[in-house]
Formats: sequence, C-alpha cells, structure tokens
Amino acid sequence: MYMPINPLVKLSKHWNTPDALEKLGTRDGFGKGLVEAAKKHADIVGLTADLGESTRMHLFAEAFPNRFIQVGVAEQNLVTVASGLAAGGKIPFASGFGAFTPGRNWEQIRTTICYNNQPVQVVGTHTGITVGEDGATHQVLEDIGLMRMLPNMRVIVPADAEQARKATLAMAKNPKPTYLRLGREKFPTFTTKSTPFEIGKADVYYRGSDVTIIAAGPQVYDALMVAVALKGTVAVEVINMHTIKPFDLETVLKSVKKTGAVVTVEDHQIAGGLGGAVAEQLALHLPAPMEFIGVHDAFGESGTAKELLEHFHITQKDIIKAIHCVLARKK
Amino acid sequence: MKPTFPIEDTKDLALMANTIRQDLLKAIHAAGSGHPGGSLGMADIFTILYFHALQHDPKKPLWTKRDRLVLSNGHICPVLYATMAHAGYLSIDEVMTLRKMGSRVQGHPHREEIAGLETSSGPLGSGLSQAAGMAIAAKMDDAGHTVFALTSDGEHQEGNTWEGVMLAGKYQLDNLVQIMDRNYIQIDGNTEDVMPLDPVREKYEAFGWWVTEVDAHNYKQVMNAIDQAKNVKHKPALIVAYTVPGKGVSYMEDQYGWHGKAPSDAELEQALAELQDIRAQIESGTYEY
Repeated sequence: MYMPINPLVKLSKHWNTPDALEKLGTRDGFGKGLVEAAKKHADIVGLTADLGESTRMHLFAEAFPNRFIQVGVAEQNLVTVASGLAAGGKIPFASGFGAFTPGRNWEQIRTTICYNNQPVQVVGTHTGITVGEDGATHQVLEDIGLMRMLPNMRVIVPADAEQARKATLAMAKNPKPTYLRLGREKFPTFTTKSTPFEIGKADVYYRGSDVTIIAAGPQVYDALMVAVALKGTVAVEVINMHTIKPFDLETVLKSVKKTGAVVTVEDHQIAGGLGGAVAEQLALHLPAPMEFIGVHDAFGESGTAKELLEHFHITQKDIIKAIHCVLARKK
Repeated sequence: MKPTFPIEDTKDLALMANTIRQDLLKAIHAAGSGHPGGSLGMADIFTILYFHALQHDPKKPLWTKRDRLVLSNGHICPVLYATMAHAGYLSIDEVMTLRKMGSRVQGHPHREEIAGLETSSGPLGSGLSQAAGMAIAAKMDDAGHTVFALTSDGEHQEGNTWEGVMLAGKYQLDNLVQIMDRNYIQIDGNTEDVMPLDPVREKYEAFGWWVTEVDAHNYKQVMNAIDQAKNVKHKPALIVAYTVPGKGVSYMEDQYGWHGKAPSDAELEQALAELQDIRAQIESGTYEY
C-alpha cells in the first residue's frame, strides 16, 4: 500500500507519535558525534570559548583532553586559532553560542577560514528564538545568512539530535569550511541511525503533490505533523533541507515542478535564511507562489520557547495557514 | 644569482635587502597604490628571515618541517613578495604585477595563490592567533619547527591580538616567535597619539612572554635576537623590532603619510637613486647595518 511517508528515509517507527520520541537538543547529537568522530580521526581537535558544557564540547574535552583547547571568552580568538590549527594539519571543531560564533567573529571566519579555505568546523549552538528566556541578545536569527553568503562555506542545520550526530561525522570525514547550526531546546528525535544523511543532499520525508514544505532544523518535525494533519485534504510534500549550502536545487525543483507551491519554515530571519535561499533559486529556475514561516525582520524577546514560537508564528497552526494562503495563490 | 641558504655574511644580507627595497618600490609604483612605509621598514627583517633564519626550501614550499612565517599585517606584502621572489618562490617579473587584474600577487596576500604563503591577511589583528594555532598543532605533533608571527604595533589596538597574546602565554608556546614592527606610525598619525601602546615590554612580560628589543636595521642584533628567541623555553617570545618606516628613502622615513601611497615617477627615481647610493656605501663599508 502506498504511504506518503518516504520509506527510504527510515524514520523512527513512532515518528508520528511525538510523546513516544526521545526529546533532545541538536547540540546533544553534536557532542556525541564529535567523540565518535574523534575516535576515528586522530587529527580532530576541539576548541570552545568558555562554553564547554553548553555546546557539549565538554564530552570531547573529557575524552581527549590533549586535543582540546580552551580559549576563554574570546570568539575572535576561537576561530583564528582554529584556522591556525587547520593550517597545521588539524581538523578543528570550534564551538560557541551562535550569537557570537559566527555573530561576533564573522570577519575572522570570512578571511581566515573561508578565504584561506581551511577546514574549520564552526559550531554555533543556542540558535533561534527557542533559546527562550535569555532574550534577544542570545537568540541569533541571522547566522544562516551570515554564513551562507561566504564563498567556500557549507551551512548545515540538522533536524534533530541524531541528524546532528550524523552531520558531525560527515563533516569530520570530508572536512571543508562548515557552519553547523544547533539548538539547545529539546525536540523529538524522529530520524534513526538508518536515516540517510549526505551533506548537500536534501531529503523528501513525506510525499505529496499539492504543496511543498521546505524546512530546516526542528521545524522539519512540525512540517511532518502538518502533513499528517492535512492528509486527505491537502497532499503535502515535506523536504528536510538540512544543508542550506550547497543548495540541493535538483531535489527542490523536482518537488516544486510537481506541487507548484512552496512554504518554507525556519527559526531564523526569513531574509537571508532558508526562505531567502529557496526564493533566490526558484525566482531563477521555477517561479512559484511562496509563503515564508520564520521571523520577519524582528528581534526576539524573553519567554519560553513555546511562547516565542507562538508569538513569532512558527507553529504547526501557522504552517497550515500558510499552506492555505499559498494554495489560494496557486494558478 | 641563486642564493644559497643560509647567508651568514651581513654584507650580503644588507645588499639583498637593498635590492628588495628597490624592487618593492618599483612594484608599488607600477601598481599605482600600495604600502611602502612598513614594507621598507621591515625589509631587513624579511631578508634576515628568508635568507638566514628560516628553515625552508622554496623548491618544496609545502615541506612539512618548514618554519612558518605568518604575516599578520598583510598590507606590507610588497616586502613579502619581493623577498619571496628573491628566495625563489616566484619571479620578480610576477612581483611587478602587484595589484593588477589576474595577478597572483594580490593587493593583500591570498594563501591559495602562491605556495609558501601561510595565510591570507590584511584585516588586522588575526595573525598572531593563527600563528598560535599553528604552534599548538606543531606541539601536538612534536614537530620541531618554529612559527614566526610578524605583527605591527598599530594592530595591537585590535582586541583579537590580545586574545592571542593571552592564549600563547597560557599554552607556553615556546615554538612561537613574534616580531613586532614597532614603527610608531599608523594611518592617522603617531601610534601613541592614536592609542598608546607603550610600555610594550612590561605589558608582554605581564602576559607571560619573553621579550627582547632590537634595532631592526642592525643585522647582528636581529640575528642574535632570533637565535635567543628560538631557544626560550616554556614561554612565547616577542622581538620588539624598532623600525624606521620608509627606511632608506629620505622623504619617506618616519613620515606616516607614506604608510599607504605609491611614489610618483619622479619620487621613484629619487628613491632608487638614494637606495643605489646606500648600496655603494654598503659595498664600500661606510654604511651601518
């Protein structure tokens, strides 16, 4: 029997029962993945800017104390020392809060990592409004844009902790300048060890012919839940766009040719983010009506993650509204 | 003439530096823009490094055991290019394409263009930390090479520089040697008017560095200081090199206005004539170096 869920992506058998899924932050998958990767690759070194436990770098530091460098609260130093380590033949993973890495050290990332083409793995945690109570200063909503504009840079936004683990392994295996965008807030872990992951290869998780939802980060799970909720009324296709750059144009075009309508979903500014990236490509290759879920040119504020997602209209309800809007615009 | 490393004779080194000064001025003149002040000021140090102190092989620019030279203040790259050319990394003809469309000799160095460049630089304040990263990597691998970081006094106004200073002290990077171009000038004037840096020695010592000070145009002093700096244990080393910006060209010396502009045809002609005079004095033993 045909099921809209793509069997090839091998999601958890409980994927449509959120309460049955383990909830983790994507940072947790990174911490685990880095230790795993470091066992295989002796050249991996880890650095953090006084955020060992917060970024889950402490797991690496405990396992490989001689390969760990604590730079202190100094984000510019974090990435420039990492660049030097890469020049010395290492594969550095440099972690911090997204608001400051890459928020504060953008020029150093641009010149010493991207222009130098050194394989530094920049890891920003605590991204998006789901950082919650800390408020706007710490809720980075611009990091995807900052990083995807840089030549040589790859930008990866894992959908859950398991995918973050796999992304970390993939980055270590094929090291090039990369930004890994992670979160603190716990979300359902719905992918499995068997779920395919390849940098630069977007995955269709749910198949439909009326509208394409392109999502990145934990919002992929919301998109899936929406697809299920609308089953029988709107045939929704869900793409997990875990790699924003390089952009998997082929997968997006194949879907949009079929559906002719797109909704993007992200916990980031729409301008410069996933929504912007998709719009740039579709404007050139296949113009189609689009709706954008994300933050519209605003700063965040204090609150719980749930309250903030509601306030900024990044919920399943909002995705459904956007789908109805985009369908109404479809010719 | 193909140079054989290392050159021990200070006279031969001084003649090489004189050639490098003339060539870098020709390149900046041909480009119509560039930074002669710092380039001329550092010509003796670059000559000593590439022709005497560095363990390197221009035929094998990526030799893993090479000493690393990280130029942090990338705007003085005319002296880097001219020195590397005479050492055999690229041709002098190519140096004369400085800043021109399609040239590998970019206005600020681009690592991927020329094998032997350790980093791309220009944005100030980031070189020391990169050198520190290279030094840590070398320590992890028990590699014996030295990492030389060439910095400017002006870029010590960048926070990133001090972040690197702290880190190098913390990790006791005794395979790191910083040479600071202490020329007291920057774009807007005297460094001590723009943002005071002195006392450099006391500041660095407080951060756990070994410090020595040299007249950057006295070859014996510089060569001894580099030898000493390489042998320091458990501390990173700083050589404060008191340079005369624009050294060798009377109207450029100590003039911050020559930080970043090209000489006119007449100015170039005068500069080259003066450098030729100095050359004759070096040959006859009447010039101090």
